[in-house]
Amino acid sequence: MASNVQSPTQTDTVFRTENLDIYYGDFKAVRDVNIDIQKNQITAFIGPSGCGKSTVLRCFNRLNDLIKSFHINGTIYYHGQDLYAPDIDPVEVRRQIGMVFQQPNPFPKTIYDNIAYGPRLLGFKGDMDELVETSLRKAAIWEDVKDKLKALGTDLSGGQQQRLCIARAIAVKPEVILMDEPCSALDPISTLKIEDLMQELKQDYTIVIVTHNMQQASRASDRTAFFNVETNEKGKRTGYIVEYEPTEVLFQSPREKATQEYVSGRFG
Amino acid sequence: MTISDAAGHVGLSLKKNPSSPRTLFSSAMSVVATLCAVLAVIPLVAVLYYIIVRGLQYLNLDLFRQLPPPPLGEIGGFGNAFVGTLLTVGIASLISIPFGILTAIFLAEFAKDTDAPEENWIDFAVNILAGVPSIVMGTFAWATVVLLTGTFSAVAGGIALSVLMLPTIVRTATEALEAVPGSYRQASVGLGASKIDTVMKIVLPAAVPAITTGVMLAVARAVGETAPILFTALFSQFWNRTVWEPTATLSALVYNFAQVPYPNQQNLAWAAAFVLVVLVLFLNILARFITRKRG
Amino acid sequence: MTMNPDMPPSAAPMQSWRRSDTDRFLDKAFLWLTGAFGYGVIAVLLGIAVQVAKAAWPAIQQFGLGFLTSQRWDPVQNVYGVLAQLYGTLVTALIALLIAVPIGIGIALFLSEDFLPDAVKRPLVFMIELLAAVPSVVYGVWGVYVLIPFLNPIARWLNQSFGWIPLFSSAPAGPGIHAAGIILAIMILPIISAISRDALVAVPGKIRQASYGLGATRWETIFKVIIPAAFSGIVGGIMLALGRAMGETMAVTLVIGNSNRISSASIFDQGSTIASLLANQFAEAGGLQLSSLMYGALSLFFLTLIVNVLAEYIIRRFSIKY
Repeated sequence: MASNVQSPTQTDTVFRTENLDIYYGDFKAVRDVNIDIQKNQITAFIGPSGCGKSTVLRCFNRLNDLIKSFHINGTIYYHGQDLYAPDIDPVEVRRQIGMVFQQPNPFPKTIYDNIAYGPRLLGFKGDMDELVETSLRKAAIWEDVKDKLKALGTDLSGGQQQRLCIARAIAVKPEVILMDEPCSALDPISTLKIEDLMQELKQDYTIVIVTHNMQQASRASDRTAFFNVETNEKGKRTGYIVEYEPTEVLFQSPREKATQEYVSGRFG
Repeated sequence: MTISDAAGHVGLSLKKNPSSPRTLFSSAMSVVATLCAVLAVIPLVAVLYYIIVRGLQYLNLDLFRQLPPPPLGEIGGFGNAFVGTLLTVGIASLISIPFGILTAIFLAEFAKDTDAPEENWIDFAVNILAGVPSIVMGTFAWATVVLLTGTFSAVAGGIALSVLMLPTIVRTATEALEAVPGSYRQASVGLGASKIDTVMKIVLPAAVPAITTGVMLAVARAVGETAPILFTALFSQFWNRTVWEPTATLSALVYNFAQVPYPNQQNLAWAAAFVLVVLVLFLNILARFITRKRG
Repeated sequence: MTMNPDMPPSAAPMQSWRRSDTDRFLDKAFLWLTGAFGYGVIAVLLGIAVQVAKAAWPAIQQFGLGFLTSQRWDPVQNVYGVLAQLYGTLVTALIALLIAVPIGIGIALFLSEDFLPDAVKRPLVFMIELLAAVPSVVYGVWGVYVLIPFLNPIARWLNQSFGWIPLFSSAPAGPGIHAAGIILAIMILPIISAISRDALVAVPGKIRQASYGLGATRWETIFKVIIPAAFSGIVGGIMLALGRAMGETMAVTLVIGNSNRISSASIFDQGSTIASLLANQFAEAGGLQLSSLMYGALSLFFLTLIVNVLAEYIIRRFSIKY
């Protein structure tokens, strides 16, 4: 249960990937991913578009299973368990590893029902009103919506919708929150709010965020992985990790020339 | 500390549990949905199988040349009914195709520009017309044409069927016109073309394949309809001399002869039903083929 | 409107920047022409109501609203009422909905969610569309020669074992209300499944992902997110199917038995619908009987009108924006 997840005896390495290759059919989308993701840290994935950073992120909660041709080689460990072992239930995985998407995607239901959706699925028996309030508070949107919990989630502004989606993810008490470019559809003010929120959340959760915004990665994250993409002779593009370091190291003294160019080019 | 040790400590329950109510429910529902689809295909297969088995054995070219038989005796033919179907559906098409396409042009090209409320009303009328029972369309054509001309006729039947076809044609043609990219219109208008030139020379030709699909679906439906024909075209044992006399159709022949106790007429009904189904399915498949090829 | 002033100088010499009067007249005439046909659709709809009402007028004067509450259809005494037909119309449509709604939505789910590879899905969708294309009269003939003989032993068993239930209380005589209901179910199935499928497919993928991302199973996602989001479309589709079932003529006429009275609550009774009454009697009727049939047609017109307007309203009013 969720309470076990929070126990202090567990490992600090939440995810470890070993020689992870990701395929769509015959097409190798990402190769040779070997990274550890640490507990209660914010890990950022950056890189040019098409480098497979979102694809890797979606492997961590098996959301790629919804794509028929998808399969992997190599292993992803979640606290030492092979996430893709045949006896693992992807539905259970997604419960413990939450996700916030690029486009805010509230259900066409009330704000209250959006939050209560996940807990209800899991047969939550406690005080739902309290859980809804706590989740909304943690996502820093309680003040905005406390008087209109019966309004439709889809009627909120884009930034509010995204914080609602974060609150919805928190409500099922996951250990990890995966964020797939959560601010790309938002204005700068909403973006800053979400970044502040991430700093709050990392006390309780492990966060992995994909972003194409360099400043966001350097501001908000503890460790950063830089992805790049190579094109083979047939014109197929395969992504790989160039460098994975603590964020200040990666931005200030990168080992690889490609990282240097990418990081400075954007800041230029 | 190794990772597997840690897993032991944490004891996360990520394992599948096939007997959990959630999993069981999910599996059961998947089976139910599959069964529904199978259940739906059964009647289609059963109808087609029966029509083919009963209809095909009597089928020959003579059926298309001869007249319906009297009770008992030879099987005769449905030549006049086949011609009658072409005649009534032809008349219906002559009315409903121009009517439908012009309405669609108004809806897609003019009413949208002016943002006028009439578009909504016409739209609404089209949807309601699509829901009017076909037999009521028959009573309308009877009251309007048969009563006025004093005779059941192919024209009355054609008018009843044209009302039936109209909503389908308006809808598909409007969709087809709206699907033509706005850049085509701008390019044409930018060259100084008038509205009528733009619509007739640019937009309409681009929409022709999709409109054709809609027209064929409407024709297919009209070919198979019986209710609006029953008391407009009525039926006839003879060849038509004019369009102003009672006219036999394939669908009315199936209805009339399927209910009689005489084997020769029943058999003719089966053969006619077979021809009817082949005609309707052929039109449907062709209609879809046109759209798919375009896409 | 003026001509495009950027014409290259090499073009033919322009008479004037203004378009010719004929040109402008043609554009106006084109607008009027298409507009006339556009309003023509409204005129046709009104025309149907007016013409049928006119022909029904003598019966309306004679019987008033009592026409709808009397089940006496008596050409000998020249007294008419369509209660029995109204009952038959509603009951057969209800039976059809009870069968076709769950199956139709089941099919729609099966064909919209990714249970199947496209190579299997597409022919299946097509086959179910063809189900809608088969002419009504063909279903009717199939009903007479195949469905009724198939249903007979089942109906007899139901009557013998469960005869104490009013629904099964009469001995089946072959044709009957139950057969009409089942034929109608087959005929409206493609409507329900096609419209429901459209509504389900219109639910954006990001909403599905949100639900999966929270650890919902496929069917939890379907029942708690997708169906509620597509609800107005599905209900609208059911209403349209109901309208179709109430107006369907040929198949029903062939299998319902055409009895002009309500004998009991049993679904094995023979019965009739407004449409089947018209199909049976119209060509040979005259005078007040004909006018009464027209009155019946008018009632059917308004019945389906109400159902279809309601369907329109539900689809427009309750559709969800994302």
